[in-house]
Amino acid sequence: MKLPLMLVLLAATPAIAQDKPVLTVYAGESITSEWGPGPKIEEGFEAFCNCDLRFVTGDELSRVLMEGERTEADIVFGLNTDVTARARASGLFAPHGQDTGDLSLPIEWTDDIFLPYNWGETAFVYDETRLQNPPASFAELLEAPDDMKIVIQDPRSSVSGLALLLWVKSVYGDQAPDAWAKLAPKVLTVTKGWSESYGMFTEGEADMVLSYTTSPAYHIAEEDDTTKRAAIFPEGHYFMTEVAAQLRTTDQPELAQAFMDWILTPEFQTIIPLANWSLPAKLPQDDWPQVMRDLPRPEKTLFYSEDEAEALRQPALDEWLRAFSG
Amino acid sequence: MAAGIFRLTRAEAGGAVAATGLALLIGGTLAAVMWQAQGLSGLGPWDWRAVWFTLWQAALSATLSSALAIPVARALARRRFPGRSALVTLLGAPFILPVIVAIMGLIAVFGRNGAINDALRLAGLPEVSIYGWQGVILAHVFFNLPLSVRLILQGWQAIPAERFRLAASLGFGPRDVARHLERPMLRAVLPGVWLAVFLVCLTSFTVALALGGGPRATTVELAIYQAFRFDFDLGRAASLGLVQIGICVCAMMLAWWIAIPAAFGAGLDAAHMPAAPGGWRRISDALVITVAAGFLIWPMGAVTARGLPQIPALPPEVWEAALRSMVMALISATLALILTLVLALSLARGRMQWVETAGMLPLIASPLVLGTGLFILLRPWVDPQSLALPLTVGVNAIMALPFGLRALIPAARTLQRDYGRLADSLEMGGLARLRYLTLPRLARSLGFTGGLAAALAMGDLGVITLFAGDRPTLPLQMYQLMNSYRMADASACAVLLMAISFGLFWIFDRGGHLA
Repeated sequence: MKLPLMLVLLAATPAIAQDKPVLTVYAGESITSEWGPGPKIEEGFEAFCNCDLRFVTGDELSRVLMEGERTEADIVFGLNTDVTARARASGLFAPHGQDTGDLSLPIEWTDDIFLPYNWGETAFVYDETRLQNPPASFAELLEAPDDMKIVIQDPRSSVSGLALLLWVKSVYGDQAPDAWAKLAPKVLTVTKGWSESYGMFTEGEADMVLSYTTSPAYHIAEEDDTTKRAAIFPEGHYFMTEVAAQLRTTDQPELAQAFMDWILTPEFQTIIPLANWSLPAKLPQDDWPQVMRDLPRPEKTLFYSEDEAEALRQPALDEWLRAFSG
Repeated sequence: MAAGIFRLTRAEAGGAVAATGLALLIGGTLAAVMWQAQGLSGLGPWDWRAVWFTLWQAALSATLSSALAIPVARALARRRFPGRSALVTLLGAPFILPVIVAIMGLIAVFGRNGAINDALRLAGLPEVSIYGWQGVILAHVFFNLPLSVRLILQGWQAIPAERFRLAASLGFGPRDVARHLERPMLRAVLPGVWLAVFLVCLTSFTVALALGGGPRATTVELAIYQAFRFDFDLGRAASLGLVQIGICVCAMMLAWWIAIPAAFGAGLDAAHMPAAPGGWRRISDALVITVAAGFLIWPMGAVTARGLPQIPALPPEVWEAALRSMVMALISATLALILTLVLALSLARGRMQWVETAGMLPLIASPLVLGTGLFILLRPWVDPQSLALPLTVGVNAIMALPFGLRALIPAARTLQRDYGRLADSLEMGGLARLRYLTLPRLARSLGFTGGLAAALAMGDLGVITLFAGDRPTLPLQMYQLMNSYRMADASACAVLLMAISFGLFWIFDRGGHLA
């Protein structure tokens, strides 16, 4: 009978080192997957911490908020800035204790709880063999013919979609509804997440896709394909970063602190560019992989503080909804 | 006689217990979410728009799917040609395709850059767009036409050969056959088919999200996702979950009101085929079969063509995940078969409508509410992550129930009506009855149910994402590949996923036919 085999396969839990303390890190599946930075981070930290770093995959913030003070998480890894306000309000997180004065970010970072480990900007990515005359500015994008099709992500289900909402708001302010009205006919479809959009773009369905300034690096480094480019707009690009924080309720305060201390070290930071396809939060540009150094950089970075973004979220979403449901 | 009553009660009790368990699970998880949220939240105008869109797209999808399925099922029922049974099996494939794979295929055919628009451009004709509500409906018909065809075809095959022979000896023309045999059968089968498709489309999530084109095509399930993920508003999620269940119960009551079981009496199970009229009907049948086969098989072919060359390059983790998913799907299918059989047998003995409702509940229970509710309920006792795989297996088994019931209830009712009294009078009961009467007579439906359950479990991404764990299933792995830019690997993964889902379905379905 095959049943015993099945039960073994199902019940087999990964061997946990018995005597070593466990650092529990909640993170999204794009981080912990085989192809994300998770495995390298785990290996790197375990090499010196004399501990067992355990990633718990899933919707990290929803989970921590549901669990409250009884959470087993020691670290929450990979939050986006659009949720830090709510995370902060829960009072569950403790200061990171790092000096953030000399980060390699295009903006100033003064948050004492949420520590950025990577960054990038939203951008529209195109294939130069298919789109010969890409828009050179946001204004040109709005004026482009309606048969130039773009795919974007839903701001209600995707962080990059929300970043676009804030990007348009920061460029156009009160004129945002007009901008959306001009953009809407060019939007082929709105997908739930980034990966569905990006898949449609690589299949040739759309001329441009809402993605990141760093996206072309993947194609260059992994596929020797230099045809994918990010359109750089003089109006500026919206800044995105992913942050980590330690829980106030951790039962491994030393380990958690050691992990937070490790994030800004060159050892950790060099993992980021080619595993996360984003820029490192603290690493001199000369130490970036060549492919990242070669990427065209926007001259202007746009960013709303946590409070501004939180206040803008609902009104901006309503504007977007109105433009797309007319 | 006393023994007969005892048996009767026992079979019914089994169904009642299973149904109560289901109702408790679905209701309990919803209650858990409400409890965590400390009540329900009101719904905003955008939520109501989502409810409205969900309703009309589900109604339209269900009507189109079942209407289009009738000529296809009729043509398949009355024609014999080489490869027919393979085609019938293959036509079932879209329904069991993982949604994201199916969308890839539809885009490859109907997309802006797809084959059809390429041809239209060449011919100088205007292009068609798959994006917008029409894309949602197209995808829903693509998914549900196969299910409808299968269920209606079963209806045709359930008409005993003797009736068709009698009709032939009475000199019935196609019109008389339609009036006296086919229409009563359709009258009995169609409401159930329509309802099943309607309910499937009610909780559709990914389809609307990828092809809907934006807020105009927001479904309730997306609104629930949004409430969970972006607003952390569990109260609103629970309210929306309740709305979904409310719609389902109304739809089911409507379907009962319309449905009347057809009564043809018992036949001798001779290998049979309904009268196959010649002339233009022959040509139209051929045409119907060709168009349906093209519509359903082409997108799958397109996905295969793209992903197949990449398969040898897939990393070993993918193969591990494939094996894991297969084992999970088999256990899921076994559980689903047992549950479905228990429910269907007890339903066949008495018309316990609430049991049937409970059996349909999993279809409209939001996977997000279910998963979150389970998380809240289990969390004080165990680490939900360590149970990620068993939970996924269990939830998938339950999710397959409604489809299994649709296939099994009519068969079980016919069995009970035609052989129940005889078996009772022979005092044939317990294992003997199961072994010599129930299982052989229900083998086809059971094979179909098991295949469906295995395939759906194989492609499901629902609950696992909430608990994920470090042992991903194949669909999760595919998403992870997509999330790391590895679109080529992901499309190879899609082919693998499709092949395994289909293989599992085929083995069960064939097994049912051979038994």
